[in-house]
Amino acid sequence: MMASSYKDEDGHISVSGTGAGAGSLPSKKPENTAFKQQRLPAWQPVLTAGTVLPAFFIIGLIFIPIGIGLYVTSNNIKEFEIDYTGLDPSSPCFNCSQNFSWNSTKPCTCSIPFYLEQPYESNVFMYYGLSNFYQNHRRYVKSRDDSQLNGNEESLRKPSKECEPYARHDNRPIAPCGAIANSMFNDTLELFYSDPNGTKTQIPLTATGIAWWTDKHVKFRNPGGNNDNLTAAFQGTTKPINWRRPAYELDSDPENNGFINEDFIVWMRTAALPTFRKLYRIIQRRNTMVPTLPRGNYTLEVVYNYPVRSFDGRKRMIFSTISWMGGKNPFLGIAYITVGSVCFLLGVILLFIHHKYDNRNNNPDISSN
Amino acid sequence: TDRRTFCLFLVPCPALQCVGEENCVDSRTVYISHKEPPPGTEAFIQQRFPDNRIVSSKYTFWNFIPKNMFEQFRRVANFYFLVIFLVQLIIDTPTSPITSGLPLFFVITVTAIKQGYEDWLRHKADNTINQCPVHVVQHGRKVREQSHKLRVGDVVLVEENEIFPCDLILLSSSRDDGTCFVTTASLDGESSHKTYYAVQDTKAYKTEEEVSSIHATIECEQPQPDLYKFVGRINIYMNNEPVARYCPNFNWPVIVLPSAVAIYTGMETKMALNYQSKSQKRSAVEKSMNAYLVVYLCILISKAIINTALKYLWQADPNRDEPWYNERTEAERQRAFTDFLAFMVLFNYIIPVSMYVTVEMQKFLGSYFIMWDDEMFDEELQEGAVVNTSDLNEELGQVEYVFTDKTGTLTENNMEFIECCVDGHVMPGSDSIDMIDTSPGPGARVSLASEREELFFRALCLCHTVQVKEEETVDGIKHGIHQGKSSSFYISSSPDEVALVEGMKRLGFTYLRQKDGHMEIINRDDEVERFEVLEVLTFDSVRRRMSIIVRSNTGSELYLFCKGADSSIFPRVISGKVDQVKARVEHNAVEGLRTLCVAYRPLSPEQYQQVSHLLSGAKLALQDRDKQLAEAYDRIERDLILLGATAVEDRLQEKAADTIESLHKAGMKVWVLTGDKMETAAATCYASKLFRRSTQILELTTKRTEEQSLHDVLFDLSRTVLRHYGGMTRDASLSDDCTDFGLIIDGATLSSVMRPNQQGSSSGNYKELFLDICRNCSAVLCCRMAPLQKAQIVKMIKASEEHPITLAIGDGANDVSMILEAHVGIGIMGKEGRQAVRNSDYAIPKFKHLKKMLLVHGHYYYIRVSELVQYFFYKNVVFIFPQFLYQFFCGFSQQPLYDTAYLTLYNISFTSLPILLYSLIEQHINTDILKKDPSLYKDIAKNSLLRWPSFIYWTVLGVYDAIVMFFGAYFLFDNTTFTSNGQMFGNWTFGTLVFTVLVFTVTFKLALDTHYWTWINHFVIWGSLLFFVVFSLLWGGIIWPFLNYQRMYYVFMQMLSSGPAWLSIILLITACLLPDVVKKVIWRALWPTTTERIQVGSDLNGQI
Repeated sequence: MMASSYKDEDGHISVSGTGAGAGSLPSKKPENTAFKQQRLPAWQPVLTAGTVLPAFFIIGLIFIPIGIGLYVTSNNIKEFEIDYTGLDPSSPCFNCSQNFSWNSTKPCTCSIPFYLEQPYESNVFMYYGLSNFYQNHRRYVKSRDDSQLNGNEESLRKPSKECEPYARHDNRPIAPCGAIANSMFNDTLELFYSDPNGTKTQIPLTATGIAWWTDKHVKFRNPGGNNDNLTAAFQGTTKPINWRRPAYELDSDPENNGFINEDFIVWMRTAALPTFRKLYRIIQRRNTMVPTLPRGNYTLEVVYNYPVRSFDGRKRMIFSTISWMGGKNPFLGIAYITVGSVCFLLGVILLFIHHKYDNRNNNPDISSN
Repeated sequence: TDRRTFCLFLVPCPALQCVGEENCVDSRTVYISHKEPPPGTEAFIQQRFPDNRIVSSKYTFWNFIPKNMFEQFRRVANFYFLVIFLVQLIIDTPTSPITSGLPLFFVITVTAIKQGYEDWLRHKADNTINQCPVHVVQHGRKVREQSHKLRVGDVVLVEENEIFPCDLILLSSSRDDGTCFVTTASLDGESSHKTYYAVQDTKAYKTEEEVSSIHATIECEQPQPDLYKFVGRINIYMNNEPVARYCPNFNWPVIVLPSAVAIYTGMETKMALNYQSKSQKRSAVEKSMNAYLVVYLCILISKAIINTALKYLWQADPNRDEPWYNERTEAERQRAFTDFLAFMVLFNYIIPVSMYVTVEMQKFLGSYFIMWDDEMFDEELQEGAVVNTSDLNEELGQVEYVFTDKTGTLTENNMEFIECCVDGHVMPGSDSIDMIDTSPGPGARVSLASEREELFFRALCLCHTVQVKEEETVDGIKHGIHQGKSSSFYISSSPDEVALVEGMKRLGFTYLRQKDGHMEIINRDDEVERFEVLEVLTFDSVRRRMSIIVRSNTGSELYLFCKGADSSIFPRVISGKVDQVKARVEHNAVEGLRTLCVAYRPLSPEQYQQVSHLLSGAKLALQDRDKQLAEAYDRIERDLILLGATAVEDRLQEKAADTIESLHKAGMKVWVLTGDKMETAAATCYASKLFRRSTQILELTTKRTEEQSLHDVLFDLSRTVLRHYGGMTRDASLSDDCTDFGLIIDGATLSSVMRPNQQGSSSGNYKELFLDICRNCSAVLCCRMAPLQKAQIVKMIKASEEHPITLAIGDGANDVSMILEAHVGIGIMGKEGRQAVRNSDYAIPKFKHLKKMLLVHGHYYYIRVSELVQYFFYKNVVFIFPQFLYQFFCGFSQQPLYDTAYLTLYNISFTSLPILLYSLIEQHINTDILKKDPSLYKDIAKNSLLRWPSFIYWTVLGVYDAIVMFFGAYFLFDNTTFTSNGQMFGNWTFGTLVFTVLVFTVTFKLALDTHYWTWINHFVIWGSLLFFVVFSLLWGGIIWPFLNYQRMYYVFMQMLSSGPAWLSIILLITACLLPDVVKKVIWRALWPTTTERIQVGSDLNGQI
């Protein structure tokens, strides 16, 4: 390399010095430091059957209990799912799904009766699920304007071009712009409990606490700051084409209206996979004595607004209880048990190998030393 | 004390080229002091010469950026990334142009800064040279000028100890005899003071006025790089009459002294011409790297093709292509066929952008460990190892054939006079001298044969090029062996000559000095004898002899003394005790001594006239001067009378035998290539344990081929060798006790073996046959080799079917060709100059340092670089394969899995430092063990760590890890939540989870491979993981005002707040690392390599 050629030239300069040169030259002897001589003190581990063995057994012994714990936890979680897409003619929502039109002013409703075999204790989380819906499509994912959603006035008037073709409508900027917002899930789900004696009571659903706290309080902000008059703040914009109501009419509660509407925020967090569920409502537990959802007959009343038939999609409603590890997912527990067992098994195999081979290999060395 | 020190700076020169058509003439005419010749003498062509500016820098301030950019983008990798970057700018691609632009910018900037800095250093060095003051004689006055303003034809005044600014012709000197002494160390490394003679007709012009009155022109050749050749003619006009004179065939066209005329300037100086850019050598690792790169490029393209095809298939349903919730813009509908490019961009990270930079940095920084190694530092020379090319560090660990020079490489090149043989009588040279003096026997014999004997001594005292240095200061560069004892010592470019003159001194004849064309010696009776030197027929390696013609002052007899190799003297001898001397010479050669024969020829004045006529005729020739001189020499040096022979010992270098033994044990084949005669060389080979007593020697020499035809000899030998190996099982041939073969071949036979198709088709096979024999010999000695033949041998082995990696090591100019030819060229900082060092890739002070260079440094660098290369490909497969898998779940929409910041920084910051550090300081085995057990070197032979199976293993491992990570995250996310508050995570959390597992897995994988954990490793490995975490926290912790998206906001923290995320990260990392650990442990237990056995052994020892 070039650097060394300077060395060369330097060398010549010193050679050209005549007479008493050699003695007065500073020694070019390299420094005897541990780093330069590659003799830094070091820990030199070697992976052998002997050293790895304990690790394998330890991993096995830790992973298997964790796995069993996870599996049991997952199994204790109750989950109930209803597909209300209405593809089957016998389904109550068949008519709604067949007669869907964007222009219809009259909402189509259908009600699905179902029976819960087990009572649901503690808080119950109500999700809606969509299948074959590509929220993770590149064109879709990027079709939003975070700056607009953060309350930026300029972006409100002039949405980012990422939002195209959902940026402007009728020469007015769309707020919120983009494909994600435009396709927000707008079915309304209501739950009724039918007493054994025949009375139907609506179960109260909590619509807050379903979005990330940071999203609701930092990332999403209404234009105009804390201005109470949202309608004025959205002045000059238009609602997304597919929406039935403008953003400022999403909810009557001002803390849950506009861009900080939690249904909207939940929808705006694009799902990772084409089959996904999103948190819709929470059924709070009110009385410690009574299960949140007792065993019995229920009716799910759906205002059917959201079309999925065109792309072979499915709509579901899910109840789930939640443990510390989230919803029902046996995968993690099974995976832990599997990996733990494999480690344990390998540990046994290595133990065998270690006894049979390692000693043999080491013997000559030890004797020679 | 008219000692002038000469030193020029070596200047790189791209090539010798004609500047403009009109300058392309065969010779140039230089007008001294720019005086035009008298009218009518000759057609006068004004030639334009460059000024004396030395330009070694590549760039100027203005062209640095464009030129440097151009050069950088000529590299395939950089160009590839530039194209990707441009594609990203032009079409709508999944990732922002920053993701590839930033790393590229980083890489380009780092390289540009490095090159710019180097060029700045060159500029500085150039300026120092160009501005150093020079004295020029103008109009009879001394004028100070800057060196770069010097023009061809200027008369330059050089003071003592000054450096020559350019190539000069000596006009006169302050000494009466017009001589001056010049050191040419910076050119050819010879630090002896050479005497140069001023042009005879101008040496009288001394003062500035006189010098500027010279009216002359010099005709000479156009510049050419040969240091030792200069042909020219000076025409001096006195009274406007041209007086043609020859310009002596200077060794060196360079002169000195009060006045000298500039001949070649600036980039045309011999030195500049001699700095030829060496052809780039590429290491085997680099070749593997490029092959892998091609594989990955294919993988990349096929990935893109598969995804593009699937995308179109998937999109065939318009409801999938454009569902109501996700419509295209008009512009997007019209844009077509960019999908393939978009996929290419998405997956382009699989080609590791930073690999080249990292490899380059690794090589550059790594080479410092070689330079810093104090075990390779020689106290005597005050020099350590020099790295001229860091590109080949790892090749040092791959050497299969070592070609070594003998003299100065295996041996010290420090000659000691052992004995001489005069007329068949042997006289010991050193220790027993007292005994000879005191014992009457030899004394009587002396008187008997005194005439012959004294003639012999005189011949040795006169026929040489030794100079006497009368100075008490100890010069670091002297060649004398005679330190301190007297106030004068001998210096010469040939250590043999010094040894001989020293030896003569001990035998009673002391060479005093050369003065006024006379050589003075003191004979045994302490009388000064003076001989007038008439002609010197200098030594050359073709004739292998030199002669001198002297006239004795006492008797005015004329003698020609000739000294040379036995083979070149004996055929020219007509009388003398040839047989006895020959026998003695052969005896000495077997002992490993270097022998020279001495002969003389008395000349009558008429004969001398003839000789002198012949010589001057040849010297005046402008064309084919060399050829004519050779012919003249041939006619003069004949009808000699043999006087005797000398023997000089060249001791083996310290630990040479040990080194050779280690190289053998390391599985290398060592070939000695020497110009010496067979017996001497063979003796050295035995001494250096190249041949052992048990070695069966096969000879392929002229002597044998005279008896049998070459064809028969070759077949005989191959039958011997093959029968031997054929009769044994494979395992037995590996054991040590089986006889191994050593082959001796001489230059003449070699050239007939190599000669292509001499007698039809059959001889074409000789080469193959010869190679076959060589392959089965553990040691080969090639003697009587010409420099070019050395290179030929290397080339032949290089081209043989296994394509072994060759290393050539030598110290002299005659080794340069093979040093350049071999894969790795190593120069020894010997006594024969610096040519070898300059042309080598690495230079070491002593042969013994080769051991550490190969066994330790070579081994380490190979391990390091191969891990570096494999790891780089691995980590990029793991990085990109999940993105590929993700396409199947996002409708082939080119949605990236990871955030832009992660895509950008993965290679340049999250995973770059640990591997760079690993590749700098990893030591899988201790240095001492590597040196103690050379057989470990075999474990990495044949590029074993970079062969396809291991490459496939790494790639498969990468794919496995990627699958585990992706599907691990997939099943975790599968349609459920994993937070305790029921909230859902989105696609960016998914990617971040995979990425976190990825960064940890990849770093832990390296940690598992690290065998040498210094505090730096701990710092860098844990530090880079910490950096990743801190960066992620920061990146997601703030709403970044300059970004138009906030998709990562709190994603990382939300993920960490979930227990199952932690659990799955731990699980996935474990699952990723498990197979590699198991594979390593099982392989080590069941099929351990020597290295692994040693590792375990030393580990146990450490515990005990």
